[in-house]
Parts: sequence; structure tokens; C-alpha cells
Amino acid sequence: MDVELLEIRQHMGRFPPFDGLSDDLLDAIAEQVEVSYFKTGSDILVLNETLNDLCYIRSGAVEVYRSQGELYNRLGEGDIFGHFSLLRNHKVRFPAKAIEDSLLYFIPNAVFQRLCEEDDHFADFVELERPRLETAAEQQKKSNDMMVTRIRKLVTRYPVMVEASTTVQLAAQQMSEAQASALLVIKEGSDNPRFSFKDSEGQTWQMCGILTDSDFRTRIVAEGLSPHTSVGEVVSSRLITVQSDASIYEAMLTMLRSNVHHLPVIYRQRPVGVVHLSDIIRYETHSGLYLVSNIFNQSSAQGLARLAPDVRAAFVRMVQEGANSQMVGSALSTIGRSFTRRLLEMAEAELGPPPVPYCFMVNGSMARNEQSIVTDQDNALILSDDFDPELHDGYFYALAKIVSDGLDTCGYTYCKGDVMATNTQWRQPLSVWKRYFQDWMANPTPERLLHSSIFFDLDSCYGEDHYVETLQDLIAETAPKSPLFLAAMSRNALNRTPPLGFFRTFVMEQDGKHNNSINLKRRGTAPMVDLVRIHALACGSKAQNTFQRLNEIGNTQLLATGMSEKLSYAFEFLCMSRVRHQMIDLQEDRLPDNNIEPENVEDSERHTLKDAFQVLSNAQKFLKFRYPMPAQRQGR
Amino acid sequence: MKGIRPRQKITQADWIGYMAQRAQQARNPAIQQFFATELPDPETPIADVPMVALDLETTGLDEHRHAIVSIGLVPFTLKRIKLAERRYWVVNPSRPLAESSIAFHHITHSEIAQAPDLDVVLDELLEQLAGRLVVVHFRNIERPFLNAAVKSRRGEGVLFPMIDTMSLEARRHRQTLWARFRRWLGRPPVSIRLHASRERYGLPAYQGHHALVDALATAELLQAQIATHYRPETPLKDIWC
Repeated sequence: MDVELLEIRQHMGRFPPFDGLSDDLLDAIAEQVEVSYFKTGSDILVLNETLNDLCYIRSGAVEVYRSQGELYNRLGEGDIFGHFSLLRNHKVRFPAKAIEDSLLYFIPNAVFQRLCEEDDHFADFVELERPRLETAAEQQKKSNDMMVTRIRKLVTRYPVMVEASTTVQLAAQQMSEAQASALLVIKEGSDNPRFSFKDSEGQTWQMCGILTDSDFRTRIVAEGLSPHTSVGEVVSSRLITVQSDASIYEAMLTMLRSNVHHLPVIYRQRPVGVVHLSDIIRYETHSGLYLVSNIFNQSSAQGLARLAPDVRAAFVRMVQEGANSQMVGSALSTIGRSFTRRLLEMAEAELGPPPVPYCFMVNGSMARNEQSIVTDQDNALILSDDFDPELHDGYFYALAKIVSDGLDTCGYTYCKGDVMATNTQWRQPLSVWKRYFQDWMANPTPERLLHSSIFFDLDSCYGEDHYVETLQDLIAETAPKSPLFLAAMSRNALNRTPPLGFFRTFVMEQDGKHNNSINLKRRGTAPMVDLVRIHALACGSKAQNTFQRLNEIGNTQLLATGMSEKLSYAFEFLCMSRVRHQMIDLQEDRLPDNNIEPENVEDSERHTLKDAFQVLSNAQKFLKFRYPMPAQRQGR
Repeated sequence: MKGIRPRQKITQADWIGYMAQRAQQARNPAIQQFFATELPDPETPIADVPMVALDLETTGLDEHRHAIVSIGLVPFTLKRIKLAERRYWVVNPSRPLAESSIAFHHITHSEIAQAPDLDVVLDELLEQLAGRLVVVHFRNIERPFLNAAVKSRRGEGVLFPMIDTMSLEARRHRQTLWARFRRWLGRPPVSIRLHASRERYGLPAYQGHHALVDALATAELLQAQIATHYRPETPLKDIWC
């Protein structure tokens, strides 16, 4: 190698895809390179011109546009462009302009083709970008089969239906004849419009419930009921259904969430079939469902802990299949709740039945159904008002301890802020909880709320659901009327701000400073969650999930038209970015975290992230203005 | 460029006439061929001028006492610098090589011991330069050194028009009213050396003092200067000297 070309060679050798090339190939490139200087603002590639070289940025910066003129990409030192055209018809499809004084190296097509032929990594690198580029938008929407396939596809026949007056024996015979594992119980007339329908003859029927194989065992045989008992007497009034146009994924999540194995499928109010868990599993083997049923089959915390790799595998798979952040968040939360429930069941088995009723409440991301693979535990106990600390607290502390320790073993680390049921303060009867919330809302200071805002994401995980619902009602009623509270919450929501974007290998901060990495949770998703929570509180929404909250906010006049959709997109993108980087961490055997390093951010992702940060930043500015602090209020 | 003695500027008002005259007078065939190859007309837009960036590394700064050690050249146009057509020769200076210049040029005694005399590569060199406009950074090295070296070997020297990127820089930074004002204020003059000049145009820092790298650096600098201060249509006569 001529020493004089080292300069070029060494530079290229530092950047992908050249960094993986053999020395011989690098030499071959350096030998043939042509050089040209471009002044800021000058055209490098013009639409539809013939292109015969791959362009490499030696210094400066370049913007690449789509044919309609919208910005496609901003590139810096060591980046390449033009390969897209070289791989096609040599016509420039993405014009390029220098945005700084730039020195470019042009690699002749013959060399480029040779690189593609002789080096697979190089070929992958330049080829890969093609689908990425063409379908960037569609890809977001594109998803795997499970998510686009409607559940009706799994319905193969009409449900077996019997009238409520039918005897269980006759019903069982019908099921056997039809080889069905569940039947729907119906009766004439209508007392609940939700589950009433008209048959083809115009007759109105009421769906009372579903009776499954296992119900025959547990509700009839085990109870020693007579074969002449009517099905109406034994059928459970709890009926969970799914619309026929729901995706298989949604159906699956419904099953997971409700812990049922059969779902009546409804089309325009009429039951058109029943799908069973095994139908879905047959359709899609390795699924989160296996995992959840596995969770409920474990008999010890150690057994549960052994499922942790499965959780990660399910996560990676889901992301690879193109699940969106709601699906991932919801599935991981369901898995987390399943762990919690199973631990509670095990605790009750060990400690005996609870002395007074209780509700195991989850907070934070689990309550919002937005859990990620990197998460700690946030939970609390709401006890019946019959709770007597002297008599009962020993039991509940032991219960909380078993659950909390168990969760930690399973990878849900202890909460650093001690928001756990093991903390006496967060193991209180409902009346005390009501006082907590009333006090937070009536006498707010940013300092006090700093650690309690997590409680404003709350959901029941196990036990007396209505305790949590009572608190949710209380919040929804009081918060909109508490401007001081909203102002204090807003103040806290502004503690964490997004960066401006990326430039080269740095995170660009609002003040122009550079950082090497960014915590996408602290700087993106968490401030967004905080912000949306405040608007949701202000409009009295009881939704916990950020997307659902945004939906409900969108129905009010709280934000400018289209703003809640915009926030939704931004949030989705921030979440997905985080999820993708965690997936990469897992695939590369690293401990997943919330950090992303700019050098691992694809160019297209950079731009969208920047947009998302911008949306968040603007929304934060609006927050300050919308919920002003009391001093300003008094001044008016 | 400390230590360069002030010298009379060698230049010609009518380069085309000078070249034609030399072609008639030349006795050495290579030199005759060189002068007979037509240069672009002075009115030619710079964008259409074939150029070649040339850099000589020498043992010192005085063409009478010092000699050429290496020659690098890269043909180029305003659009493209063609590295594939680059040429580089190490030649034997036949004069002692000072230790300090070894460190400077990264060329060692043994390399030079094996190198041919300039005479051996001269025909090839002239062939490369013929018909192209030679671009250098600081013509008062390349022009006298090449002239003297050729004269001592072939009995007649070579003089030809050049574009000097340093003098283009000087026009900007040394000869303007502003520059004179700065001088009057006692401010140090803006550096117009190759590296400093390149920096002003955002060009990358190269490992200097290698004839070919410097030739490439000079070609890039000229592209940057034309892109910044001139236009592709600027006639050659406005730039050469």
C-alpha cells in the first residue's frame, strides 16, 4: 500500500461498512477514489441525473432529500449515500446537498460492485437500507400475522347454545355430540342490552354466560349437583367476549388479562363462535400465553424465577414480530401481574386465608399497562376498613414480604423509593388511602408530590378490585377541581426535559451541549407519561394507560385539535425506540437498560426521535402555561 | 517559509506566446514536446481546464544549494480529483540530505540511495504536466526548483504558467485593505500556509510534507477556493500567474 493513500484508507476504515473490509479491499478503494469539494448549499446529487459513484463524506455534512423535496436524512463524516441508486438504475432518486463545506470521496461503481460481490457485510449494509428506506412508513404499520389476522379467522363453527332451562345432563350430551369444550347459555328476552341479540327469526335472546368443560367438573360434579340441575343455575354471570374483528393478539391479551381460556366471539351483538386458548396456540405456538399458563403452574418463587429467560425471549420475539409499544407494554404488564397474582396465591396458601379482605394494588408502569423489560416493582396494599393493625398487620406484612421478595427474585427489583406493600405507610385500610389522596390533592406542594405522583397511576392486581376503583373515582372527581394540585404536578413534570436531538455521535442538549448517551426513559417516556397524567387528571379521566388517557383527553377541549394524536405518535415512537434498544441489548447478551447511544441509533430513527423530543418539549411548555403556579394566579 | 531569500518574481505577461516560442527553440525532444502541447486558452472557464496538482519535497529552500527529493502529482478538474491517476517519485538529490529534512519528509537515506536521478523520471514527469495547468501551493519553490533541476540535466529549463493556491489566499488575506489595516494595528498576518488555508475551508487536516498528500491537499484547496471566491466560469487568466 502506498503510504500516500493511508490518509484515505485509514479514514474509511474507521466507518461502517468499510470498517469490516479486508485490507486488500480497502486498498482497492483508496486507489480509485475521486475527490471533490462542495461549498455549503451546493448540489451534490441532482434528481434523475446519472450516478456512477458511491459518495463518502470525508468531512462536512450533507442533507439527502426525497424526490418531492422533503428532508430524508442528514449525514456527517464517514457516512455514505448514493448506494441506493447504484443498486438500481443509476438514476439519482435522492438528491443531496452540502449543508456544510464538505469534502467528498467518490468510489467508482466498478469498485462498489466489487465490494458488494466480495464482502457480504458490505452488501448487507448497503442492501439493508433499501427495504428500510422504501417502507419506513409502512413498516411502522406492518405487523405480524397475529396482529393483522382477525380472531374470526379462528372461528370454525357456530357456538353450541342451550337455553338456561336445559338440564346440565342434556347440555353435556350436546357438548359431547358437537365435540365442543364450551357452550353458551341463553334465554329468551332481554334484561341486559349488552349481551342480547336477535336470531335469524327475529327472536330476541339474552346471553347469560358460558359453561366450559372445567365448569362441569368444578361447578357441577365436584359440588355433587344433580344431573337435572338447569344450566342457568350453575352458569357464571361473568362473561368476557371479543369482537369478531379484533386481532388474534387482542383476543389473546383479553384471555391473559381475564385469565379465561374461552372467548365467545361476537359479530354485531350475535355470538358467532367460541375460541379456545388452544386455537390461538395452534395458530401461533411460542406465545406469551404459554408463559402465563406456565406462571400459574409454578409452585415456588424459585420456579417463577426460572421463567425470567422466557419473559425475555417472549419480549424479543414480540418486538421482532413487529408488535407496537402498546402490545409490548400490555403483554409485559400482564406477565408481571401474573407473577404477582401467583405469588399472592402462594402466600395465601402458606399464610392461610386473609383475616380481612384486601386489594393488592399496583402502581406506576404496571398500572398503566406499559411495563418494559427493565422494571422495578411498585405496589401497595389497600385493606378493608375492618383492619386492626394489632391483629392483622402481621399477616399482611408477611404477605407483602413474600410477594415483594418473590418479585425481586423474578427480576422485578425492589422499588428504590420504597413504594411497596412492605412499607407500613403503603399497607393501610381504604379510609387511610382516601385521606392520603385527599391530602395530596388538597395540600399539594411540588416537594410532597415528587414521591407520591406514582400513586396516581393505580390499578388493582388481585383481591377487592373495588377498593382501587373507589380511589380512582375519588381522584377523578377531586383532581379537576384542584388547580393547586395540578400546578404542583406540572411543576414536577418539568423537572425532566428532552434533549434537542442528535448530531453526529452526540446527544444535543437544549443548551447546545453534547452528551454521549441518553436515558430514553428519563428524558423521553417518563416526562411524557407525567405530562399526559396531568391532563388526564385535569379532565377527570379514570384511564391509566397513557394512550387511553390521550384518547380521553382528545375528547375534551383541553388541548388544541390534533395535539393528543401528536403526543400519541411521539409517545409510541419513544417507547418503541426504548424497546428496540432493549431488544438489541438482549440479543447481544448485554443487560438491557434505558440508555441509548447515538451511534446505535439508525439515521431514520434519529430524525423521528428528534421530532418526538420536539413534540414533548412543546407540550411541556404548554403545561407551564396551562396549569400556572398559585403565585401567578393570585397576581391576576 | 522562513529563510527564503527574496527573489525576483518569475512570470510572463503572455504565457501562450512564451510557450510557443520555447517550443520553437527547444532542442531536447521531451522539453520540445512539453512546450508544444497546447495549454488551454487564457479565456477558458476554470471549470473546463484540465489541471494537475504538483508538489515537490526538497532538501532545503534554495534551488542552487538544495535539491528535489520527491515529486507528487494528481491530475484533476474542478469537479473531480482523480487519485487513480496519481504519480509519485522519490529521486536522488545527489546532494547531502540534512537530518532535519529526513524528519520533515519521512524519506530516509536508504530510500534515496535506491532512488533514480531526476533525469530518469523527467520525461514521464513532463508528459504528465504537458497540456494541464499546474497547481501548486507557493510557486516560488516548485517553479525555480523544477527550472533549475531540468536546466542542469537537459541544458534548458522549464517555465510555465501555474495556479498558486497560496497566492490566491494572499489575495484574500494579505493584499486587501482589511489586511493592511490589521498589519497597521500590529496584528499578526493570517497564515496562508497550506494547512492553515485548508482549515479556513473546512478541509480535513492531512499528514503534511509528503509530496503526494500535499499535492492532493493543494488540489482540494483550489476546489474550495474556486467554490468560495470564484465561479466555474471565471476565466483562467484571472487565476494563473
